[in-house]
Amino acid sequence: MSGKEKKYILTFITHLAMILIGIVMLYPLIWMLFSAFKTNAEIFGSTALLPAEPVWDSFIKGWKGTGKVTYTQFYINTFKLVIPTVLFTVFSCSFVAYGFARFRFRGKKILFMLMISTLMLPNSVLIIPRYILYNKLGWLNSYLPFTIPALFACYPFFIYMMVQFFRGLPIALDEAASIDGCNTFQVYWTILLPLTKPALFSAAIFQFIWTWNDFFNSLIYINSVRKFPIVLALRMSLDATAAANWNQVLAMSVLSLLPGTILFFSAQKYFVEGVSAGSVKG
Amino acid sequence: MNKVKYTKRGNMGYLYIFPWILGFLIFQLYPLGASLYYSFTEYNITGTPTFVGFKNYITMFSSDLLFYTSLGNTLKYVFLSLPMKIITALIVAVILNQKLKGINFYRTVYYIPSIFGGSVAISILWRFLFMDGGLVNRMLNGLGMTSVPWLSSPNYSLFTLSLLSVWQFGSSMVLFLAALKQVPEDLYEAALIDGAGAVRMFFKITLPMITSVLFFNILMQLVNAFQDFTGAFVITNGGPLNSTYLYALKLYDEAFKYFKMGYASALSWVLFVIILIFTAIFFRFSEAATYYEDGGDF
Repeated sequence: MSGKEKKYILTFITHLAMILIGIVMLYPLIWMLFSAFKTNAEIFGSTALLPAEPVWDSFIKGWKGTGKVTYTQFYINTFKLVIPTVLFTVFSCSFVAYGFARFRFRGKKILFMLMISTLMLPNSVLIIPRYILYNKLGWLNSYLPFTIPALFACYPFFIYMMVQFFRGLPIALDEAASIDGCNTFQVYWTILLPLTKPALFSAAIFQFIWTWNDFFNSLIYINSVRKFPIVLALRMSLDATAAANWNQVLAMSVLSLLPGTILFFSAQKYFVEGVSAGSVKG
Repeated sequence: MNKVKYTKRGNMGYLYIFPWILGFLIFQLYPLGASLYYSFTEYNITGTPTFVGFKNYITMFSSDLLFYTSLGNTLKYVFLSLPMKIITALIVAVILNQKLKGINFYRTVYYIPSIFGGSVAISILWRFLFMDGGLVNRMLNGLGMTSVPWLSSPNYSLFTLSLLSVWQFGSSMVLFLAALKQVPEDLYEAALIDGAGAVRMFFKITLPMITSVLFFNILMQLVNAFQDFTGAFVITNGGPLNSTYLYALKLYDEAFKYFKMGYASALSWVLFVIILIFTAIFFRFSEAATYYEDGGDF
């Protein structure tokens, strides 16, 4: 066997292995999607991937939710929680990143190190005093525990990512603009910010998906069903339906992943850039 | 003159990082200090904290069996899921880095589970896949094998939860891929001329060149794994027989079910110290390894 043939076979085997891994990775998700259209009997009665007789009522009945609150309300709640959090995060982190990337001031290095080290600070050790604080402020059972901290750039990962991005922009831009009479804020707002769009998008997508799926914080801060985001509604439906309505639970699970999926595929480029820029959760 | 002007402009930096300084003080430094203080008190949120010295810590170590159970489970979980996840991520990244066609496609596919892995929807899916009559068992039956009590037996439940974590190797893999791209090509060419095999090249070139990313990956995954909650809470709710009762569940129960804020704070600080110890060990280890990279074979 010649070296070339050997190489071809090796490439073929590699592709085969990669495809097999890919199937194992995606099969559960595909199964979930199709099972949402199966009857309850079929979900656990057959191993076939495609539904024998596709049904829609899993979505219609599932949407009605449990109790008096429908998924329309749960979706509105989730957007009310997620959208401000994402916008506040992106702008506050970009603002702070500009400060770290473009100015030289006393103690900057130490502050920057401190900021990076908070990346490792376990959330568990902060959660109780935060809860007590929010309780005193009357923020429990509202979305303020999510949105207000986002105003204060408490996300070192995004700051770091954006600092890296700012550093990649030529300093000559700032200099030219300040010769033209721009103050530092104008330089930031009119010159640099539009150029950092990829980083802003990347951070926004990450924050959207993380906040959308954030179960623990929702669980402790939100306690009335009317204010539940989707993650809590899903868990409630799992408890309430016990054995009966598998397909409704799956249908709502599928819908809950839909916005994130759409974002991921429409902005994949930013995603991978973002991950490569620093670290990532999960 | 120039220098003074520069400093004056430079000080504007404080203005821009001010939101973060405030956020750091209010939402990170204060809670860190406060939880340490609360850990020495008895505090059931409605009243005021009463100072009790080391009582919480003494109770925890001397008479709280569930503390030991949850700690043991968590250590098992971390040491089960973390190596599998990192090794899978590294192997797949190395293979993808072999100038394979369609690398972007594979990278995307493998990354998808990492995006949604922590969500409730995926936990629900995991429950449906691995329950006694679930898809995985029916597939095993179809192949002529017997069912495995993935979630219903304490012998398997923690492993099944770990699989959920391993399934999300994509985020680590993407980081490895980025690091692998930075390794200079000529190192491999030189090694090839010297007659080094693929395995030897991996251990002598690839691994030393990506140690910093490897350690960063392990460290971040470690900190996260110690705090994992959603899977154990939604899929098994700590059971069966407390076999998946992770530390985060214990913390949640004490704080938000029984509202024992003082005791829960003590629990959180014990976890924090454990994570710090692991991190410190890790840094020593990584310093040794990095030294090798700088002053070693090349």
